[in-house]
Order: sequence, then C-alpha cells, then structure tokens
Amino acid sequence: MIAQPLTITGGKLVLGSGEPVSGALRCEGGRIVALGDVTPQDGDEVFDAGGKLVAPGLVDLGVFAVDKPAFHFGGITRAALMPDQGPVLDHPARVRFAAQSGKPDMWVHPLAAATRGLEGSELAELALMRDAGAKAVATGRGWIADSGVMLRLLRYCAMLGLVVVTHAEDAGITGSAVATAGDVATRLGLPSAPAEAEALAVARDIALAELSGAHVHFRQVTTARALDLVRAAKARGLRVTAGVTPAHFMLSDLELVGFRTFCRLSPPLRQDADRKAVIAAIGDGTIDVISSGHDPRGPEDKRLPFADAEPGMAGAETLLPLTLTLVRDGVIGMGRAFELLATNPAKLLGVEAGRLETGAKADIAVVDSVRPWIVNSDKMAAAAGNTPFDRRPVEGRVTALFKGGKQVG
Amino acid sequence: MQSPTSPQAGRYPAGGLAFPHRDLTGIGQLARHEILYLLDEAEQWVELNRQPKKKVDLLNGLTIINAFFENSTRTLLSFEIAGKRLGADVVNMHAATSSVKKGETLIDTAMTLNAMRADAIVIRHASSGAVRLIAEKVDCPVLNAGDGQHEHPTQALLDALTMRHALGLPVGSDLNGLKVTICGDILHSRVARSNILSLTALGADVRVCAPPALMPAEVEAMGVTPFFDFDAALKGANIVMMLRLQQERMSGQFIPSPREYRHLYGLTPERLAKAEPDAFVMHPGPMNRGIEIDSTVADHPTCSLITRQVEMGVAIRMACLEVLTRRARGVAGWEAEGVAA
Repeated sequence: MIAQPLTITGGKLVLGSGEPVSGALRCEGGRIVALGDVTPQDGDEVFDAGGKLVAPGLVDLGVFAVDKPAFHFGGITRAALMPDQGPVLDHPARVRFAAQSGKPDMWVHPLAAATRGLEGSELAELALMRDAGAKAVATGRGWIADSGVMLRLLRYCAMLGLVVVTHAEDAGITGSAVATAGDVATRLGLPSAPAEAEALAVARDIALAELSGAHVHFRQVTTARALDLVRAAKARGLRVTAGVTPAHFMLSDLELVGFRTFCRLSPPLRQDADRKAVIAAIGDGTIDVISSGHDPRGPEDKRLPFADAEPGMAGAETLLPLTLTLVRDGVIGMGRAFELLATNPAKLLGVEAGRLETGAKADIAVVDSVRPWIVNSDKMAAAAGNTPFDRRPVEGRVTALFKGGKQVG
Repeated sequence: MQSPTSPQAGRYPAGGLAFPHRDLTGIGQLARHEILYLLDEAEQWVELNRQPKKKVDLLNGLTIINAFFENSTRTLLSFEIAGKRLGADVVNMHAATSSVKKGETLIDTAMTLNAMRADAIVIRHASSGAVRLIAEKVDCPVLNAGDGQHEHPTQALLDALTMRHALGLPVGSDLNGLKVTICGDILHSRVARSNILSLTALGADVRVCAPPALMPAEVEAMGVTPFFDFDAALKGANIVMMLRLQQERMSGQFIPSPREYRHLYGLTPERLAKAEPDAFVMHPGPMNRGIEIDSTVADHPTCSLITRQVEMGVAIRMACLEVLTRRARGVAGWEAEGVAA
C-alpha cells in the first residue's frame, strides 16, 4: 500500500554532517521527493514538526530480537537482525522469513550467519542467503577462532560484495570470562579476561581483511588498543569499519559492583580509560556506527548470579538519547550523530536509507532533542526491561516516526 | 550463662550499632571494628566449646537452614554444630538431593526457603554473588558460607581468631604489623579474597603468592603485595597460609603437574625455614598432602594451626549466628532494622 503524499513542515532538517537547517520535506510514493524550501501540495498530508529535528530514521546495525515497540519508541525504522536466532539464520528460507518479519511498519534486514550453526567451521550458503534478503554476513556473538575459515569467509564475501560483521574477542583468551580483568573483577571474584583479547582479534581480522580485500565491520570495538589498530588500518586505506553501543561509552566495569546482571554484556564493560578511548574514537571518526545491540532478556536470563546470567541489554529505546549526550558534551555535532546512527549503518547494509535526500526511502524520525525523560526498566516498550541505565535522566525523544512516508509511531 | 550483649561493652558502639547488618555476605561489607566485634564475641564460644557440656539455649525455637548448593563437609558440619550448640533447630539442604537438580531456579529455591520461615539461612553456592542475590529476596538473615570465587567471610574470621589465639593477643586486639603470606590458587579462591579484606582491615601486611596463571589481575589494588617466587614471599613471614589447589587445575591448564607445583610452591620444612623462626602455618582444608603442603609441616605440633582453625570455626559461626539473630530474638538494643547487606 502506497502512502498518501506527505509534507513535513516547520522542522530542522538533519542533512549530512552539518548542523540542522530549517526547512520542509515532501515524500511521495514512499520516497523523499523534495527537501528544503518546500510547500505542501494539494492532497498532501501535512505534518508540522513544530521546530523539532527532522532526521533520518535510525538504522540499528546488529539487534538480537525484532522488538517493534522498542524500535518505534527509539526512532529505529530499520534493524539489522543478528543471525543468533533460534534457529540460526544460516539457511535461505529462514533469512527470507526474517526479512518479512517487520512488515508492514518496520524494516528488518537479516544478517546471514557466516558459518553453519554459527559454529565457526563450515561456510553457510551465503550467496543464496544474500539473494533471499540478507544484507550482510555476521559471525554472531562469537569470534571465528580458525583463521583459515575466517580467510576463506572473507575472500568469499569480498566476491559477493557482502560486508562481514564480526565479534572481536579472542575466544582462547576470553574462555568463560564474564568481566574485564582488573581490580573490579578481582574483588568480585568474577571470571575475567584481559581487555587485550579484543585487540588480538581485531589485529588478526584487519590482517585478513587486507589479504582478502573484504570489508570487515567490527560490530563493537571497546578498548583503546583495538581502536588504535582500527585507526591505523583506516589510515592505510583498508576497508575496515567499527561500531560500538552506548554502554561502552557511558559505563565502565565499576557498574558491576553489586553483581548487577543488567551490566553483564558481551564484550564486557571495560575499565574507565577504555571508555574514554571510545569517546575519543567517536570524536575522531574511528568509530563509524553506534548501535543498540538490542537484546531484551527477562528475569529467567537475568535474575541469576552474575556469571550464570546471559549477556545483553535492551538498548533500542536509549540508543538515541545516550548518543545525544555526545552532542551535548561537544564530542560530535548533531549531523554526525545521525551519520553514526543512520547514514553509516545504512551504507554498510547497502540500503537506500539513513539520510535525507531526494530519492531515498522516506524513513523519517521527528526528534525533540532536548525533551527530558527518565529511563524506567519497569515501564519500557521493549520485550524486557534489562537496561543498565534504569533511573537515569536523559534528553531526547522521538515524537513521530515515518516508514516509507507513512506514520508508524 | 553467656550474656547476649557484648562482654566488651564500651569498646564498640552501643547495642545493634555494634553490628548493624542483617546479613553476613562478605568481609567487604564490614568495617574494622565490626570484624573485631565478631572476633570478640566468639571468645565466649571458644570457652564454651572447651567445656564438657557445650550447649546453651539462646537460639531455642529458631530454625536455621544450611542451604549448600555446592558440596562441603567441614563448613557444613561446622555451621551445623554451631547452630545446635546455640540451641537452634538446624536443617541441612544438600543441592545433590534437592529440586535444584530438577531445574528450579536459585530465586525459586530461595523463596521456598523463605516461605518455610527460617530464622537464618546459611548459603554456599558455586557462583560469585549468588548469596547476595538470595539475601535480597528473603526476609531473614543470610550468612555466606562461600559464594563462587567471591567471599567466604566466616573462614576469614576464624583465621583471624586463630592468629590472635596463636600469637597470644588479647581480646579486642587487631593484627597490626603481622606479616602474612597467602600462597596457592589466589585467582579462584574465595578464602584468599576474604582473608585479604579482613587481614588488611586488621592492619596485617599481606603478601599473596601464586604462579601467573593463578594470580588475579590488579590484586595489588586490594592492598597486598603479589609474589611469584614463594621463597621471596616467605621472607619475614609470621604466618604462612596455604591454599588448596583443585586437582582439576593441576592437569596442564594452569599448572603442568602436581609435582611441578610442589617443586615451586609446596610448603616443605626447608621452605618453611625461610619464614620467621616462630612462623605459624595455616590451611583452610581439605589439604593435598605432599602437594601444596608436606605432612611434616601440616602435622607439626607447634607451628601448625590447622586443627586450631577448625576449632575456631565453630566458635566464629556461633558468634555470627548469635549476633545476626539478636533482632529476631528481641535482644535489648538490637530491635532496630539493621542496614541491609
């Protein structure tokens, strides 16, 4: 069903990396057809943005569940679904099904499992999954330990033109660790692994990216050393990109005190020096993508002793306001924030979205960037309220959301 | 008849302020004077336990549940004896024979124990933080009998009491200036963590000694000096505390072999000679004789405190149970709601 033509007036348009500019925007046939000094035409539905930001809908690269209420609350119009589902997205039929699962008011872009069952040994049917709708390939929650498998995977994906989204932790070092080695883990008696496990994995995969010519996207880079490696690889012109979730620039491992399982994440929260390095890397462009890692988990997975709890947090609702803290703190500008949240992930997925320009899909979020609210894990839209940001006052809320020019939230 | 109020009146805050905690989840929650308070309270039970008739009726009518989700012999027995000598009804729940094996969650088990109206629950669990998690869900005092690699507070208390007795220190005194070397699997040891917290709080100079694979990261942040070389760690030590090395860690993953471990870290009489001449030896048990400790050292009539530790364990656990149940028993001055955890 094609939506009625829509004109959004009186907003501040977020265009590219610059500061937002006042203007209007017209959509027809599900796409943006005009921007800037635009007046509504006869028969248009008119939406007055009332001076708020008119931004591209967020493109969330790497979620673990399709959780529409949370995505709509958070201004997310497209979510790239991790292959770690039950069953694993390692078969074309499952990919095709997942690609339809958001309709009609949400885009779900499945990420194909790199290996069968995500076991890290045999390549999955990547071309068939690509043609069934997979927008990229992912190693899932785990690292592919066998470098030979990883090299063959990257060469194949380079040929297919698929980005490989990897998890960067050397599994031999992390073992069963649930925390970053340091005084907090030592005091709490939690199994821990050195933060260097991440740099080791990143170093190997950068070398293999160079060898294979593939585009490797590290879904989460959370340590100073690994970020240095990514920075250097980019300087050499390699096709390497990096992402992070707000937890790793907002929180450090001190949050684990009291065995708070909502702070059990993968990779684990790092020491404060690494948290600051993540902020610096967002500021200098080393980090390309901020995503939610949305992984709603109920009490059966979280109300357990820390090491027995499952990792992950419900992040979709807090993705935008927590990213806006970086704008408020002067780390990045407003335009850059939406590049990190929408433009860059859309580019990685190869979808015509993530930016406001004529011809792009009309996925639009109207954002009140200073509206204050308090995160409340008991009242979240998400399937579960496992947020480490409970009770935190934040600013920035989506007041309207459009997918393909049709209001969905 | 033992007085339910402190025999050391004046040294500590009055009434319940001397120990304003509902639970004993770890040494980390305690201030120095609270540790000393429990040690001092235990002295009366050391005396009682040396009498032919070792029973009082202070806890008559109270039910104590020992919920052990991990196997234990000596700690379970010690808590059971402690509860019974105070007159309480003591019930033991073994994980091996409980519904935990049937998939019941820890929280459900805790709620079940709570509904049975226990007056105190003693918990051992294989996961760090599990005892605290249960303590948040139940209405009675919870005592940590060991949670994962986190804490084993009564072991640290009994060790401190043992040291005080061995050194002939008077009631009320701390361990200021004492040099204590803890050697073994520091990384996986809750006994080591609780002892580090308690001994540093009491003023001791603590060294920890382990091979790199068994040394926790940034352990010096806890106020101890780490050593890889056991001989260097022993120099000047007044107390040498050996930790048990789990058999499964000796088969190549952490340590090449038991005999190689003994070669570097076994407490032989020759090694012990590198410590102070009158140094004492401790071990929380059970021992791997011939691996971390030689029998001639473990069984030494004067320098080994190992059986004394077991004796002090009962007294410490009596003190903890008696203090933590004061509110429920309506002891004067202890009615106020304590500070949780």
